[in-house]
Amino acid sequence: MESIGSFRHQRPSWKDFLYQLQFIGVKSQSVVITTGAATGMVLCAQTFLQFHKVKMDTATGAVVSIGMSSELGPVLAALMLTGRVGASMTAELGTMKVTEQIDALRTLAAHPVDTLVVPRFLALLASAPLLTAESVVVGIVSSWWVGVNLLGIDSAYYLVNMTRYTDPPDVLTGLIKSLVFGAIIAVVSCHKGLTCQGGAEGVGKATTEAVVVASISILIVNFFLTLFLSRLFYS
Amino acid sequence: MIEVRDVTKSFGTQQVLRGVSLDIRRGEAVVIIGRSGGGKSILLKHLIGLLQPDSGIVRVDGDDITAMNERSLLRVRRKYGMLFQMAALFDSLTVEENVGFVLRRQGLESETEIRRRIDEALDMVELPGIGHKMPSELSGGMRKRVGLARAIVYRPEIVLYDEPTTGLDPIAADNIDRLIRRVWETLHVTSIAVTHDMKSARTISNRILMLHEGRIYSEGPTSEILESTDPVIYRFVNGISTPQKSQ
Repeated sequence: MESIGSFRHQRPSWKDFLYQLQFIGVKSQSVVITTGAATGMVLCAQTFLQFHKVKMDTATGAVVSIGMSSELGPVLAALMLTGRVGASMTAELGTMKVTEQIDALRTLAAHPVDTLVVPRFLALLASAPLLTAESVVVGIVSSWWVGVNLLGIDSAYYLVNMTRYTDPPDVLTGLIKSLVFGAIIAVVSCHKGLTCQGGAEGVGKATTEAVVVASISILIVNFFLTLFLSRLFYS
Repeated sequence: MIEVRDVTKSFGTQQVLRGVSLDIRRGEAVVIIGRSGGGKSILLKHLIGLLQPDSGIVRVDGDDITAMNERSLLRVRRKYGMLFQMAALFDSLTVEENVGFVLRRQGLESETEIRRRIDEALDMVELPGIGHKMPSELSGGMRKRVGLARAIVYRPEIVLYDEPTTGLDPIAADNIDRLIRRVWETLHVTSIAVTHDMKSARTISNRILMLHEGRIYSEGPTSEILESTDPVIYRFVNGISTPQKSQ
């Protein structure tokens, strides 16, 4: 709430925002691309093995596409971002807290939320949907490659079924989820960092707690978002 | 300028401040002395609103800062500069960015003027030409001097020093003391330091307050306190761990 309230008091610093965007968005690409590719390939193989028993090989693309767009893409990208970005944020802010850098900021008449939290929050809101989209696209392309080249599915049927059964709401669901997950990672990680106590042990503990709390929150919120968004788009 | 009335502060079951009252007038150079772990730094942080008391009042120019939220406190803190015990430089920023942090954040002056003021502050702490360095490249004494430059670059009315000479060799400590004295004399600030370094206290203060068992035990002109025959003050000033037996 303080982050949202901050906009009334202080215009976010573009320099800080762009720095965080580079750290969160650009540097996380290799992680989410690898995650998307691995998930897409495995999901394709597993789906194919089951569907092949009932002669539904060409439906594999549709299942992978919907699964990646609305569920696995946003959730796995968010979990990877929690590990890479959330942990780093908590450790950085926690170290600043225990070395009195946060107090120094306050004595320099700078609100820690305006200076440290808002740029990270905005950068995560901007990055999470883009990284999720990237992960989903890479996952789908990887699954197509595995399906066509390794499992022998006809490419045309694979693509036709995929586009026929994947609706815009499936993609929108994934993007909305990724936006919410980005906010969860930013809020939990920054909160744990700024409330960190003690020395190195405290920073370690806060970092672990941030990753655990953010990951569990993402999984729980994902369930309720799935129910809510499916009712919103399909009822 | 600063009034503290009956301030108490506890952490868990440990009561650190047990009803501290003091007054600091504009332009004074005050040192708060007391044993390590006795609550000196805690008291200093109350003076700038970094900590809120459990009870009691802290007034700065008549404003009760204990009743203010963090955003209202930002306005009051513009009057302050603070040098932290370990300098607390922002380790992701260069020296130049650290010192110019407030000026750039306020955005009231041109970049040329900001650079001029940064150079002026670094000259004052006798560290010209190190603006490009990172804090990790500096020695402990240099870090403190950069911290002091950051604290005075925007010309605050009050400068707080938290154990300014702790962890420094005697020569570096003397250097910091001279700088603190010079800042007080040339910028006409109100100078408030906490320390258990008696040599430093003698150099940088014209009044000493002694914090003992969570209260202000004694206060007076520097020479008077340092030459006091009161057993508690005498033992502290002269570093005597147990009361001497009478001959």
